[in-house]
Amino acid sequence: MARRNGGPSNTEIDMTPMIDMTFQLITFFMFVMNFSEAEQDDRIQLPSSQLAKPAEGVIEKPITLQLTNAGSVIYAGELVAVRDIGAYLEREKTVMIDENREPNSATIIVRADGRAKTGEVQDIIRICQEKGFERFALRAQYDDRR
Amino acid sequence: MARRSSSGLTDKVEINMTPMIDVVFQLMSFFMCTLKVVSPEGDFDIRMPIAAAAAAAPDDQQVPPVRVKLSAAPDGSLAAIAMNGTPVADFDELRKRIIGLVGADSGPNSLAEKTEVEFDADYALKYVNVVKAITAVSGKIENGQIVELIRKIKFTPPKKG
Repeated sequence: MARRNGGPSNTEIDMTPMIDMTFQLITFFMFVMNFSEAEQDDRIQLPSSQLAKPAEGVIEKPITLQLTNAGSVIYAGELVAVRDIGAYLEREKTVMIDENREPNSATIIVRADGRAKTGEVQDIIRICQEKGFERFALRAQYDDRR
Repeated sequence: MARRSSSGLTDKVEINMTPMIDVVFQLMSFFMCTLKVVSPEGDFDIRMPIAAAAAAAPDDQQVPPVRVKLSAAPDGSLAAIAMNGTPVADFDELRKRIIGLVGADSGPNSLAEKTEVEFDADYALKYVNVVKAITAVSGKIENGQIVELIRKIKFTPPKKG
């Protein structure tokens, strides 16, 4: 019976298409990778607004305070009660004064959950005001539906 | 003179691809794992110095602030809107009232630029309603372009209750 040579034949696989595709994928991921240090916590469901267009400039050294639905603040990745953020802001203020920057020049980004109480957002603003901060950016998700 | 066989020119030079493919796949896994989908976000800028309300001296240029009251139902949803004491049906009507008050011109030195809106929201009101109200007073979309209205926005001090 005729049989093929079943020895250790050198089967060549053409790797070129796979390598091409892999490099394209790497390029894609490199481009979409976000290097900005934008603090976005998944626990926060931002309210959406058509007018909340992403800012063209970058806010210099902002302080981000994220208010959860349950009424706690996420500050630098830590869960803090609203009434306790004053101490953290005091620390920020000290650092700013050391760097010769005025607290009123800094922007506080308030990322509050849409279901949170407005009074708690106002409490955060009041505490920040008491520490000398006066610029606030109320963050909302950009809704591009027309 | 010794010469290599002419068949040497067509010899296939085998490159060991394994390490490169290993590295490439590792890079790809790294990028895939660190990929974070960032949704576009924007800001409503508010400047609220603490003593502004008390220290602001009245001057001729100053336009009295428009007071928008947002009342909450017991569950935190929006129960009523009022502008300068008059009830407003919804946010679209609020925008129309604002345009009626300050005019459609929003250029420099316009009434829209000078006018300040003060939001007086109930403590328990869900924040999403405040963002909707800010959206209604701060601009409108016309032919796909944002037309700015009120730029000065502030809040009354929080009232717990």
